[in-house]
Amino acid sequence: MIPLLLRDIRLSVRAGGGALIGVLFFMTVVAVIPFGVGPDLNLLSRIGPAILWIGALLAALLGLDRLFQAEREDGSLDLLLMQETPLVLTVLVKCLAHWIATGLPLVIAAPLLGLFMNMDEVAIGATTLTLLAGTPAITFIGAAGAAIAVALPRGGLLVSILVLPLAIPVLIFGVSAVHAAIEDPAPFLPPFLILVAINLFFAVIGPVAAAAALRLSSD
Amino acid sequence: MRLLAEGLSAKRGEDLIFRDVSFGIDAGEALIVKGANGSGKSTLLRVLAGLLPAVSGTARLLAAAHPVERLGEACHYLGHRNAMKRELTVEENLVFWKAFYGDLHGGAGIGVDAAAAAVGLGGILHLPFGYLSAGQQRRMAMARLLVAWRPVWILDEPTAALDVAAEAMFAGLVTNHLAQGGIAIAATHQPLGLEGARELWMTGFAGAEQGVW
Repeated sequence: MIPLLLRDIRLSVRAGGGALIGVLFFMTVVAVIPFGVGPDLNLLSRIGPAILWIGALLAALLGLDRLFQAEREDGSLDLLLMQETPLVLTVLVKCLAHWIATGLPLVIAAPLLGLFMNMDEVAIGATTLTLLAGTPAITFIGAAGAAIAVALPRGGLLVSILVLPLAIPVLIFGVSAVHAAIEDPAPFLPPFLILVAINLFFAVIGPVAAAAALRLSSD
Repeated sequence: MRLLAEGLSAKRGEDLIFRDVSFGIDAGEALIVKGANGSGKSTLLRVLAGLLPAVSGTARLLAAAHPVERLGEACHYLGHRNAMKRELTVEENLVFWKAFYGDLHGGAGIGVDAAAAAVGLGGILHLPFGYLSAGQQRRMAMARLLVAWRPVWILDEPTAALDVAAEAMFAGLVTNHLAQGGIAIAATHQPLGLEGARELWMTGFAGAEQGVW
């Protein structure tokens, strides 16, 4: 499975791979918010965590439709489906590679973009930590959507629409954990642990659903 | 080892493409699937590879060195598309498939360099796959069959886009595979140059009522 992981990461950083598209989109969205909202520093620091999370969520959805479509177009998907290796495991590894290539850069860029939003160090740290715990869940959910839309020539937007409702809980608990970290009375741990639980839940459900959808999509 | 298909039927959409196709192939034998366009050659091969569900019937591998649950696991499938990434170099592609496939019991794949040399393209491993011509891409896809051992080769129009010399080269590869105790099933219009290969004529939807041997 390591060769598949390495190949997918390598592909995503080659020309046309799209690893940087997500993080560039994330930067664009967050960078224009202060211009739109105006120079109200208190307001910016209050909405900062939510803006970062929304930007990261949308950026994470951006490249998902190519997860299996690129494999299908050149015929590799047929060969992946035929192997003795359980398809669920193959899908899980592809999800991990996709997250390392597109999700991890978002987490790394988040502290820098937090400065744009006048967030203090606690808020920046909490946002980065929750993004680290939450973005894999978006990839796992997205894998199921990408597998369903694999045979559609322009499935990109459809994948986002299919996936978004399921990704809402991730957004809610991610942002509420950050707020809990900033504001004293609310405890940080419960929403954060729920976020981690959602992540683990979708790490199982997502690849199983995606594998089932891929088996059915073969023509 | 024997590949046994019994009473296979398959559908595309609502239409039955073929019905009750049965055959047995022993180790070292090749089966050439022939028939007009749209007669169900590719569909049959995809059913054998496990990529399409059969409406009825089974295809199994009997007495194999490496027993498999599904026939597809013991197969190499060379379809219309080459299953190589344009952005990666030829070497990266082949190294990936060699590692990802792994060898089944009963045989061993050859090295990436040797496989590229066997298809006559030893010197261009460093090029991105997308830079190669259509015929060279096809030959590199054939090299994929050599880097990992699978007893059954399922070949769909393998020699499309190949020149005469490459066709002879490919016939040599298949003959060599059969000599090692492998099985080959190929759908093709052109003669593959295989000695003693058996033929299966697909008659398509019109003939779905009759036996197809």
